[in-house]
Amino acid sequence: MAKTLAEKILGNKAPGVKAGDIAVIALDLVFLQDTSGPLVIRQLKESGFGKIAMPQKAVIFLDHAAPSPNKELSNDHILLRQAAQETGCLITRVGDGICHQLVSERFAKPGDVIIGSDSHTITAGALGAFATGMGSSDVAAGLALGKTWLRVPESFLINLEGSFPKGVTGKDLILYLIGKIGADGATYKSLEFGGGALAEINMSQRLTIANMAVEAGAKVGLFPSDEVTREFLKEQGRGKDYHALYPDAEANYEKIIAMNLKYLEPMLSFPHTVDNAFPVGEAKGTKIQQVFLGTCTNGRIEDLAIAANILKGRKAHPATRLLICPASRSILIQAVKLGYIETLIEAGAVILPPGCAACLGLHQGVLGDGEICLSTANRNFKGRMGNPQSFIYLASPATAAASAITGEITDPREFL
Amino acid sequence: MKILRGKAIKLGDGISTDDIIPGRYAHLRSNLPELARHTLKDAIPSFTSRVKPGDFLVAGNNFGLGSSREHAPIVIKMSGVSAILAKSVARIFFRNAINQGMPVLLCDTDRISDGDELEMNLDSGVVTDLTSNSKISFGKVPPFMLAILKEGGLIPYIKKHKDFIIAAKQHTENNEEKIE
Repeated sequence: MAKTLAEKILGNKAPGVKAGDIAVIALDLVFLQDTSGPLVIRQLKESGFGKIAMPQKAVIFLDHAAPSPNKELSNDHILLRQAAQETGCLITRVGDGICHQLVSERFAKPGDVIIGSDSHTITAGALGAFATGMGSSDVAAGLALGKTWLRVPESFLINLEGSFPKGVTGKDLILYLIGKIGADGATYKSLEFGGGALAEINMSQRLTIANMAVEAGAKVGLFPSDEVTREFLKEQGRGKDYHALYPDAEANYEKIIAMNLKYLEPMLSFPHTVDNAFPVGEAKGTKIQQVFLGTCTNGRIEDLAIAANILKGRKAHPATRLLICPASRSILIQAVKLGYIETLIEAGAVILPPGCAACLGLHQGVLGDGEICLSTANRNFKGRMGNPQSFIYLASPATAAASAITGEITDPREFL
Repeated sequence: MKILRGKAIKLGDGISTDDIIPGRYAHLRSNLPELARHTLKDAIPSFTSRVKPGDFLVAGNNFGLGSSREHAPIVIKMSGVSAILAKSVARIFFRNAINQGMPVLLCDTDRISDGDELEMNLDSGVVTDLTSNSKISFGKVPPFMLAILKEGGLIPYIKKHKDFIIAAKQHTENNEEKIE
């Protein structure tokens, strides 16, 4: 039987399964973060297991409220540190970075099955890992048993051809795709990316695209493991983790969507839904009080390079706050060495410690009433950045940097 | 399973987990009674004063999209809601609700009006709208999820069975199919 990527990965663990089957699957990594994790730990105790089946494959990340803005979240961090000590699993330090970024740098391998107590766990699909977000109960059960149950999803193939025009990136591609198929357009499905354009889409952009597959409802967003994957793993000092992984040519897809990158333009998701996506020109001139560049979607070194190139020798508009947050400690170190951080600070940016920062409205950039933020994150739901009386537009790092200079929503091609 | 009865509280399409329990209250997640006071605050400001034990949340498409926070079905359950009816439900929320022992049923919710008196038996596959005197059928809950529901959630299930008890390669003619 010819297999999709999803069928191939799950079939390696549960031989013979195909889309529609229920399978119990051994896990390669189970992780939790600091806002959903305390409940996971309580449920693990409540389940009667208490122990983690495979502590060497479990990680706790402190990233969503890091450093903690209040005593309640600080107490949650204490609970998680104690849990790490008791169970023997790894826990990251505040400032190490966002769970999804660190999973891609240090842990995920092609063919892995990964669950995490965060919806953007799906990000590791960029490396050919079947990675999916689950709630606390499922993650607690995963910790207790070392396995999870899954229904093998049907797949959509997104067949990509052509090259990106100047000023257009993977972020614009995924915003466009979600706009086309809708916020529930791929609910339950495996969104699988293929086609001749893949060789040109670097790992940074693949991570952005896979990260946002969940915004169309997908269970996983998968890329094949190819030369780009090999190169990325080598750069992370994990060359031995590479193996090639492709879907079979005759695999059965529920739907095939063809896209030619050359027709794409810089995109924006308007408030308050991700699928409310239009070309950037549709909001040209909208005044913005804050630009937030970072997150598991777009806080990588390539994103900071794009911003630094546009902002070099220029200043952010005085009426616009420019918040920049590298997604991990190692990205911050690289950005310092390459001079990006100096360029960005000189341009008026505030550099935030690696973590989720302003994305989910807990700290480090909560919006005021009526304020508008242009963000490189993955969600613009009402109230997402801490205030239901504020507005969030989503865009690429290039659009964010260009708009920070003018203080209004701007087509980045004007600065390239 | 027992018969559920209560009034319909209607919601529109695309109610996100940020609508159900805003992220800005994350500091209250280790204090669930406090957290629950903010249930659906941004979507229906009067929700917590209006909801009565047994009521049903009756939503449109893609209910519960967004974050994986299980606190969303937890606070809904704490408010006294007995079941969620929707045209479609986001994947993670669907699992989370079942894992909390909260029935989520897929049906044509356009036929139900806000405030209608509803009665439901999970095993029968039918919701009766006593106000409009009509019957609305809902998709079957997949067998393994029904087993979790009957134990009151995944954690009680694991505590009792110590494992996932699933027949190998169980094929499902279920309502996960119909979630899309």
